[in-house]
Amino acid sequence: MNEAYVVNNEREVILNVGPQHPATHGVLRYVVKLDGERIVDSDPQVGFLHRGIEKLAEYMTYHQFNPYTDRLDYLASMNNNLAYVMAVEKLLGITDQIPERAQYIRVIMAELGRIASHLVWLATHALDIGAMTVFLYSFREREYIIDMFEMACGNRLTYNYIRIGGVARDLPDGFMDRLKEFTKLFYGKVKEYHQLLTKNRIWLKRTKDVGYISKEDAINYGIAGPCTRGSGVDWDLRRDMPYLVYPELNFEIPVYDEGDVYARYLVRMDEMVQSNRILEQCIEKIPDGPVMIDEPRYVWEPKERIMMNNYALMKHFVKVVKGFKAPPGEVYFGAENPKGELGFYIYSTGEGKPYRLKIRAPSFINISAMPKMVKGGLIADIISVIGSLDFVFGECDR
Amino acid sequence: MLFNDLRKGLAVTIKYLFTHAVTCQYPDERLEVPERARWLHKLETFEDSGKIKCIDCGLCERICPSKCIKITPVENEDHTKNAAQYEIDLGRCLFCGLCVEVCPELALSMTDKYELAEYDREKFVYTKEQLLNVKSKEG
Repeated sequence: MNEAYVVNNEREVILNVGPQHPATHGVLRYVVKLDGERIVDSDPQVGFLHRGIEKLAEYMTYHQFNPYTDRLDYLASMNNNLAYVMAVEKLLGITDQIPERAQYIRVIMAELGRIASHLVWLATHALDIGAMTVFLYSFREREYIIDMFEMACGNRLTYNYIRIGGVARDLPDGFMDRLKEFTKLFYGKVKEYHQLLTKNRIWLKRTKDVGYISKEDAINYGIAGPCTRGSGVDWDLRRDMPYLVYPELNFEIPVYDEGDVYARYLVRMDEMVQSNRILEQCIEKIPDGPVMIDEPRYVWEPKERIMMNNYALMKHFVKVVKGFKAPPGEVYFGAENPKGELGFYIYSTGEGKPYRLKIRAPSFINISAMPKMVKGGLIADIISVIGSLDFVFGECDR
Repeated sequence: MLFNDLRKGLAVTIKYLFTHAVTCQYPDERLEVPERARWLHKLETFEDSGKIKCIDCGLCERICPSKCIKITPVENEDHTKNAAQYEIDLGRCLFCGLCVEVCPELALSMTDKYELAEYDREKFVYTKEQLLNVKSKEG
């Protein structure tokens, strides 16, 4: 039995937080053993949002599973699409054939998704700690991004836009103008968030030296993304295991050594600025051209070809009903998501459906480091640690 | 000291006090839905004859990740097939748009009608007649 459930002396009390607590960002049940207001031990319990997505994948063709990846980390659906699609492309061996315009569109969407996700993190993190104003301002900017996503793909939260072989459709007219406007505006907005929070004494008291995790522990727990970069681990998959056109773009990886909530806060704030820099470069560099690979074996052909060409129509029926035959083998691809490394492991036996699909969810791994972070702290620190880890239960429980 | 922090924060807030609201008074005013909106499905018909375009190939039924489309075919006198019944259970629909993408006859499209709330679960099952009569902006 877990130590968190055993009371050793009469000073200790077991308290149950959640699963419906508003500050737990979902359905996290958190059992804490207290000595007065100090946390002696704790145990996070997950699984309340389990939908069996990994199992569902075994009964679906590769194209069919794409909308389900939207429902993992629903604050950054574009990034989930990207990670899944890149994994399938790696399995098919067509990674280097993706048109350059599609690659740039993917980077734009992924970075916009990162900013949107970090804005929700900032909003809820500040709201939990008591700074309500930031919530309204960051949702205003997020709305702007979501409007852009809606222009490009038609939905506001679950996009299903990045597809195997490219992206679903080319960017609509007016998208680039809105993006330019956004990148220009956004630096000023980040400055405003800094003005509201960064030097604020209440904010500092709630976040500094709270939820400490050392560099070694961060590596040992396997936590990734902004959480490790707040502990001094200089690791970012966009730079260290590059994919898409990231090597051609110029950006910095913010790293802070303190390892507390405040350091993780600064990492994410800087990351938003860096994402904005990437977007600016993409606007300049994006070329014209096709947005979908011309590979009739794996992707659905354009409607005109299906309607005019009988053979294409027959192939289309086979591809839709049975799925394309992926080469047998196993493949892992990890992408740098706003929450950390989102990895897809696919085991294929050469059928139209994956034999096994495993999702390495960053939220799940970040939660596992929580007892280490809150140990010895005050009970109110749980709230700021939850905020700084920024997990989403759609992804954690899968 | 604390007053200083308060002043800094309030500077931002007061700046926005004199700007326009970014919100929208929803039922009275509505935001514009973009052209690519993926909401309620619509069954298309031929402009000249008014006949339904769907030939009951069943691709939308097969690709649907949540299996919410159900088609019952009928054979016409000239041995062509059409959908006698076409049901979409919007209670299960993901609005992913795959059904529209795979359709080889351009018989299905998605409109900008997004107010789909109902009091009853059965009412989410849209029948062929309802789907044929969806009014969208394009007509």
